[in-house]
Order: sequence, then C-alpha cells, then structure tokens
Amino acid sequence: MKFTEEHEWLRVEGDLVVVGITEHAAEQLGDVVFVELPEPDTTVSKDDEIVVIESVKAASDILAPVDGEIVEVNDALTDNPALVNEDPQGDAWFFKMKLEDMSALDDFMDEAEYKDFIA
Amino acid sequence: MAELKRTGLYDLHVELGAKMVPFAGYEMPVQYPMGVMKEHLHCRAAAGLFDVSHMGQVIVRPKSGDVTDVARALESLVPVSVLGLKEGRQRYGFFTSDAGGILDDLMIANRGDHLFLVVNAACKAGDIAHLRAGLPDSCEIEEITDRALLALQGPDAEAVLETLVPGTAAMRFMDVAVLSSEFGEVWISRSGYTGEDGFEISVANARAGDFARALLVHDAAEPIGLGARDSLRLEAGLCLYGNDIDTSTSPVEAALTWAIQKVRRAGGDREGGFPGAERILREMAEGTDRLRVGLRPDGRAPMRAGTELFAAADSERPIGAVTSGAYGPSIEGPMSMGYVATGQAAPGTVIYGEVRGKRLPATVTDLPFRPSNYKR
Repeated sequence: MKFTEEHEWLRVEGDLVVVGITEHAAEQLGDVVFVELPEPDTTVSKDDEIVVIESVKAASDILAPVDGEIVEVNDALTDNPALVNEDPQGDAWFFKMKLEDMSALDDFMDEAEYKDFIA
Repeated sequence: MAELKRTGLYDLHVELGAKMVPFAGYEMPVQYPMGVMKEHLHCRAAAGLFDVSHMGQVIVRPKSGDVTDVARALESLVPVSVLGLKEGRQRYGFFTSDAGGILDDLMIANRGDHLFLVVNAACKAGDIAHLRAGLPDSCEIEEITDRALLALQGPDAEAVLETLVPGTAAMRFMDVAVLSSEFGEVWISRSGYTGEDGFEISVANARAGDFARALLVHDAAEPIGLGARDSLRLEAGLCLYGNDIDTSTSPVEAALTWAIQKVRRAGGDREGGFPGAERILREMAEGTDRLRVGLRPDGRAPMRAGTELFAAADSERPIGAVTSGAYGPSIEGPMSMGYVATGQAAPGTVIYGEVRGKRLPATVTDLPFRPSNYKR
C-alpha cells in the first residue's frame, strides 16, 4: 500500500488502483456524515477535487492522487458515510482508478514513511 | 493574541482525554474520546455533563433590599417582563441595542433578594459594562468569578443530580434554587441549552472538579464537548449568539417574540421602555422583511453557516443565508437555521441552498427539529 501527503492510501488491485483515506485522516475528520463521489468513467487530473467529505466538524475535499480514469466508485459510502470511520483502510474505499502509467505510484510513501510523516 | 483562560475544570478535561480548542477566550473541550456523534446521542439517551464555566455569572442586587427595584431597572435594558418573574423562577431574555438589534441573549433568575444573570462568554465584558452604564446607582452589579458553571442534561440528569443534591428532582423547568450540598452551596436552575430536561449548576471553583467527578461516577453521565453542544442546541432550535442572532438581527426577525411578554408589548402596562423599542414594537405590528427559520436539506449534504439561499434553482438574487448548519445525529440528517425573505418563510416552502456551486433543495421547517423534553 502507498500513501500520499494528503492522507490517502492507494492499493494496487490488478490493473486498477483503489483509493481511500487513512485511519489517521478519518480520526482527524471525526464522524463522517456525508460523502459525494465522482461519476464513474470520468477522466481526472492529479489534484482535481473529486470527492467531498463532510464530518460533524467541517467539509473537506479528496484530491485525485494521480492522472487517470475513475472506473468504479463505492456507492456504499453515500448511504452509510459512517463506514469511513469504521473501516477507513478496508471497506471504506472511495474509488478505483485506471492509470496510464503505474510508475506514478513510485513517488508515494510506503507505510513506514507515512508513519514518520504523521508522527 | 491574549492568553487563553482556563476554567476550574481544565485539569479534568485533560485527564478525560478532551481535545481542547480556543473558544471565546477560553481553552475549552470540543470533544472527548467518545467523539461528537456519540456524545450527542449519549446526552439524548442518558445524561451529558458540560463545562459552561466560560459563561458569565452576574448578580444584580438592590441597595434597597427590594428585588423589584432591580427588576424594574433591568426592564430598561431588556424587552422581557422581569417584574413578572416570581421568586425562584428564571426566564430567557436579551439585551437590545438602540437600533433594535440583539446585544446578547441571557437567562434572568429571581432569587428573592437579587437577580442572577447568566450571559454568553464572548459578550460578558460588554454586558457587564452595559449593565453598569445602564442601571442606576441603586443596583449593585457583581460579576461572579470564583464559581464554575456545569450543565447536566438528558433524561437521566434528574436521577444523577438527585443523588448528590437532594431536592433537585422536585424542581420544574425554569425553577431556580440555592441548595446546600457536600460540595458547598450550589446554585441550580432546571434549564439548559440542549432541548433536554436538565440542570445548570453553579459551584465554587475549588469544589467543581470533585463535583464533576462525582457526577461522572454514574454510568449514565458522560462528559460532552462543545461540538455536541452545538448540534444538540441546533436540533432544539436554539440560537447561538454571534451566529443566529447579533446586533444586526432584531428579536422579531429572529422569531424570538415569544420571549417578549404581553406586558412589554404595545398596549401592555409596561409597554416599550427598552432600547430599540420603537423598531421592535413596530416590527411586531407590521412584520419584517426577513425571518429566522429552520431548514431541512433534502439530501444528506449539510448546508453550513454562510450558505446562500435562493427562492428557485435558477434565481439570481439570494433571499437569505444559513446562520447555523450541521448534521443532526438524532434526526439523522442535515439541519440548518437561517434567515429568509418573509415570503419564503412559511413551513413547507421549498427553497435552494448553494453548496459548492450547486443549488440543492431544502424545506422550511418548524423549529425545533426535534421535540424538546423539558419537565414543565
């Protein structure tokens, strides 16, 4: 699993990359009450604001970590936003992307580096 | 920035694992490890303990010894009937400005030989200056700084408090009493700001930590932070000074005329005689261009403070704005409060809030969002 400085995790699944937010991010956000996901089959560029996530405290955005195409979104989060707090690094994935170039993932942190980053 | 003040319960908050934030010049707990959502639901299901010591506690005492002297004098600053307030009773009110806006909202209690006021933290210095300037020399004004103020709210509050301060269970909503306890003299009102039955308790700073710990020994009682306090009061349809009401809003626009008793209204025995009376009484007769309303957004997206409101999905000019907005854990959906043009203020009216560039529908709704459980 790879991690971004925006507190997203990225997991390679076949030729797709699954994206979610880290436990640390979910804890900082507090109870999540609303999630708005992008439309599947949209092409996004790195740093596009593609997910809106609102907690009891505030609204925040999730940025596209890399260039690519959104191929699938996790509709379960729309109906049950609390899943983000319950299982942020498992069931509460946000979207799956197809990348033109998988080597874009090389620049991100591994788990040990991310732990240092948030320490 | 001025150094933040701490309440008498600061050490307890830290010990309980609270996340502390600056609020109205104080370091206050915004949440405990339980988290905002569970704290909110716990308060509605059992009992929640809040530290509200940052609020101002003020005694107004008559030099004559006759409380009606200060009651009459205070009526020159608030549009409520203070003279009509019986001994041992409390009521909600507000200081009005000469322009008819709201300087602060407060609780006024008649404690027999004096009045006891509880005012908002951010306004307390201004309120006390306003009292000193506005009340005659026959009134002594004393800010109480050596006492903490706690709120115990929720369906189990009565049972929990009765174990520590016998006699409180017999009180009714808005009763006040000065009682002795093993924590010294406690000043109690059966009130709060959550929509739940409950109490506010003033206790000496030196005993506040022990008192709070004794309350928290009960399984039913959990500490609740400012985060849940905000969603609780919003579900209860209660205004937050500085958000929903301020000097730019009149009590009539704010739909708070219920707090202006008949005797102070046009035709009453003590009609007017408070700052801004001309505007406020005129607005009560003629209406206002805008009104504070409740709003239920149709989807799940909260419409937060500042969200502009429109009559139609494609109309150009806003008809108002949201002043408080959050997710309501007990009503399981988003809720907002705000001001809209009077033509759009009737319950059931569908209007639109602009959230992240999109116009989303919301329905004007009666307040409170959730029925209150006061013990009348």
